[in-house]
Amino acid sequence: MSAVLVSTTINGDTVEFACQPDETLLDVLRNRLGLTGAKEGCGTGDCGACSVIIDGRLVCSCLVLGAEMDGKSLETIEGMAEGEKLHPLQRQFIDHAALQCGICTPGFLIAAQALLRKNPDPSEEEIRFGLAGNLCRCTGYDKIVRAVQAAAKEMRGA
Amino acid sequence: MRYESPATVKDAVALLAKEKGKAFVLAGGTDLLVKMKAGMLEPDLVVDIKRIKGMRDIRKSASGFSIGAGTPCAALSENAALVKAWPGVVEASSLIGSKQVQGRCTMAGNLCNASPAADSVPALVAAGAKVVIAGPKGKRKLAVEDVPSGVGRTVLKKGEFIESVELPKKDARGGDAYLRFIPRTEMDIAVVSAGVNLTLDAKGVITKARVTLGAVAPTVLLVGDAAKAIIGTKLDDAAKKKLAAACSAACKPIDDKRGTVEFRTEVAGVLARRAAEIAYARAGGK
Repeated sequence: MSAVLVSTTINGDTVEFACQPDETLLDVLRNRLGLTGAKEGCGTGDCGACSVIIDGRLVCSCLVLGAEMDGKSLETIEGMAEGEKLHPLQRQFIDHAALQCGICTPGFLIAAQALLRKNPDPSEEEIRFGLAGNLCRCTGYDKIVRAVQAAAKEMRGA
Repeated sequence: MRYESPATVKDAVALLAKEKGKAFVLAGGTDLLVKMKAGMLEPDLVVDIKRIKGMRDIRKSASGFSIGAGTPCAALSENAALVKAWPGVVEASSLIGSKQVQGRCTMAGNLCNASPAADSVPALVAAGAKVVIAGPKGKRKLAVEDVPSGVGRTVLKKGEFIESVELPKKDARGGDAYLRFIPRTEMDIAVVSAGVNLTLDAKGVITKARVTLGAVAPTVLLVGDAAKAIIGTKLDDAAKKKLAAACSAACKPIDDKRGTVEFRTEVAGVLARRAAEIAYARAGGK
């Protein structure tokens, strides 16, 4: 297999990489670019731990080929905080103890960010449906929902 | 494996037609990549069609809508004109997978994956949708119901791929609806599903109907007897009863962990009746 050369934008920076044609974006991020925030849970698009945003659309990076990324704009969890300053979603997840083991957290944060961009004032039901593609085996989800509600409120007021 | 992302339909057809090994089309990839990972498919060539001009566009014209094969389902519910004309098709497409899957999955891919439980397919067939197929001999149009030939199989020949999904112009007094049964509230595969598309006259009498069922046979069912049962009526109770009976009679389901033959047969009638009620109201019937 000959490598594919890709030029893309990740969190605002131009990034060039070479990958195998059958290599997923998740593997490129984690194994080639050192961006290990996105996690591999299931590898089949069911758990959402690898969530990223491509050209404004929330997707599972395990179901995207790295080769598809040429000319695209990618947002990952590594771009969420501004330096040391956490995003309101990140801070509220900590304040509400909306995580235990943390494996699902980057995916939840990215999915919640995508949800709030589309709907800044979601109902509890809308949050639960919006995050239905993200699995958490620790929290029972309630704390995650509360954290998203608190962040949404804070972001609307800001 | 090679990855190609051609810029034109002609180049895509040439790549698919020339490949001596196993070639697959990549649209949203939410089925293809899962099957590759599971080792069910080992492509020699993957042709990403999303760089072809128009492949991610929803175009409205005098004759209806033309939806590029690479259009993610999430984009359908963002198109106000499409939602207004074909709410059943949009709702069906929006039921596929999670928000993450919605960002990638396509109706054309849902059709070509040829699962009996594909959510968008019964709604598309009820709507009378067609697909434009590009291939080495040029383009051809097929009704959506004529595309799947069995579980996981389609009538597409070597070198062919679906370029767009064509929805007709909605009738002035028309309405469509799609319902599925799943044992949970989200993120599941249809155990049974039903699509209904109705047209009424000025008095609210049904003049045209298309009734479809999913997940109760190897491929989607277009149930002519169910349509006959309600044409000429105002969807009164007797008509609804006949509709449900015709749907149940058409079912050829399997027993599996998600539902028994008896359950699927019964629920097919119930869902078709409820979908018909929604479609009737959307068409302006009272």
